[in-house]
Amino acid sequence: MYALVDCNNFYASCERVFNPILQQKPVAILSNNDGCVISMSDEAKVLQLPFGAPIFKWEGFCKANNISVLSSNYPLYGDMSARVMKILEQFSPDIEVYSIDEAFLQLKGFENYNFSDYGTQIRSRILQWTGIPTCVGIAPTKALSKVANKIARKFPKETDGVYVIDSDEKRIKALKWTPLKKVWGIGYRLEKRLAAKGCETAWDFTQLSDNWVLKNFSITEWKLKKELEGVPKIELENEVSSKKSIATTRSFESTFSDIDNIKERVSTFAVSCAEKLRKQHSSCHMIIVVLSSDRHKKDSEQHRASKTVVFPYPTNSTLLISKAAVNAAKSMFKKGIKYKRAGVIVTGLVPTDNHQLGLFLHENPKHKPLMIAIDHLNTKFKADKIKLGNQDLKRTWKMRQERLSPKYTTNINDIILVT
Amino acid sequence: MSTKTPKSLTFFTPKSSDSKGAVFIDTGISAGFPSPADDFRETRISLDEELITNKEATFFAKVSGQSMIGAGLDDNDLLVIDRSIEPTNNKIAVCFLDGEFTVKRLRVENDEVWLQPENPNYPIIKITEENDFIIWGIVTNVVKKL
Repeated sequence: MYALVDCNNFYASCERVFNPILQQKPVAILSNNDGCVISMSDEAKVLQLPFGAPIFKWEGFCKANNISVLSSNYPLYGDMSARVMKILEQFSPDIEVYSIDEAFLQLKGFENYNFSDYGTQIRSRILQWTGIPTCVGIAPTKALSKVANKIARKFPKETDGVYVIDSDEKRIKALKWTPLKKVWGIGYRLEKRLAAKGCETAWDFTQLSDNWVLKNFSITEWKLKKELEGVPKIELENEVSSKKSIATTRSFESTFSDIDNIKERVSTFAVSCAEKLRKQHSSCHMIIVVLSSDRHKKDSEQHRASKTVVFPYPTNSTLLISKAAVNAAKSMFKKGIKYKRAGVIVTGLVPTDNHQLGLFLHENPKHKPLMIAIDHLNTKFKADKIKLGNQDLKRTWKMRQERLSPKYTTNINDIILVT
Repeated sequence: MSTKTPKSLTFFTPKSSDSKGAVFIDTGISAGFPSPADDFRETRISLDEELITNKEATFFAKVSGQSMIGAGLDDNDLLVIDRSIEPTNNKIAVCFLDGEFTVKRLRVENDEVWLQPENPNYPIIKITEENDFIIWGIVTNVVKKL
């Protein structure tokens, strides 16, 4: 059996733990740079605030409906997530952290357990220890545990946040209730193609023949079908896999139409990517730099461009990556455009210690110790003390976070005050 | 199966106290005599270990005000709060009461909950149905700067 534990409205729930006045109130959390709504409490959902709503358009609506709007506080969410995952490890040795707010637990050898009780135990321990409400779905396969979780979430009164699919009768009922697009791994395109075949629910999908699915789709969809039938085909991925690409993409705090500001931003994003690369001991083969104007300003001229730069050898040197990114940005830059957003994506990642050495070209050996020294200093002094010459020294991470809550668990100056 | 990977997010993890003040023993493989102290080396005393029994459920708060001076909680003291401990009579708890965090001694009698300050200048508070009340966590330690 597998359990899927999912934190309810995770970001909003984290905020509520340290600011309980927000309990039972509508709360919305904004994306990086206070762009659009990415998480909200049930109360805000009831008011029909849409996900992805750009806040500048919905400000009035939020005010009128008393929705508390907050910037995203990733240091807080990251810490709360780590706590939740650590607690989950007490319930099973086999756990796959699926995202910041959900994890699969394999319950092998738990056959004599009362799964419903076990799920309740998981829920109440996480709630008591961290203050985060969760839902638990338990079923014979990962895909079904996702379905069970959705049921637990949808019917809190009937299920108390825990739902177990442990019979064929329950499985069929659950699949008939689940619209196809809500099934784990069914994307928009697949849904459209299956809808053309007359599939509306997860149950309809399982009624197709194995052969037809294999012929028209791929092994992935067939595995999913088997999973929904109750046959485990998707295993737990419990090794921490390094990311396949790393991106730092941000909106600027205002629009820029001069190259100097853009160079500074792109360099800063490149520096951040290079740091993340070194943190996971990877090097990249290439980078993609993107630049775009403000798409919300329909009246001014639009320009979106991206450029790929391939390195002759994999690198994680801040110097090389930043130089390449700035050059790419320079070559894309057009005069007269008001730019609003840029990004650096590093991809083609390989482990730093076992990549193939180039025959003629290799990295300047001075870079590696320099990077180690920079990382060390920047960790020790907590901020980006060492920067490149083309970065602005006064400018720190220029995220717009006007409604940021304190870093309650990661900064001693931000802890709660009690009278 | 495609997995969701947040593209541009790196999550900060709190500084782990896994090191526990441990000492890296490195006498190498050089010839000569190893340090006679090596066999007797122990892990350094760690305040984290002394003050925190359940890392995942432990949070910190700062005291503001005098209401608990009798229990040794002075203004600006650091509180170690363990949310996993069952709130029972006589424990010192951080509570959320009508919009504010407060630290008081819990008095549980029959079905009644009282919040008792440890300073004669402050009144004892009876919790009623009207109150917006949460017991947030139990105070296990107080750290004070001298």
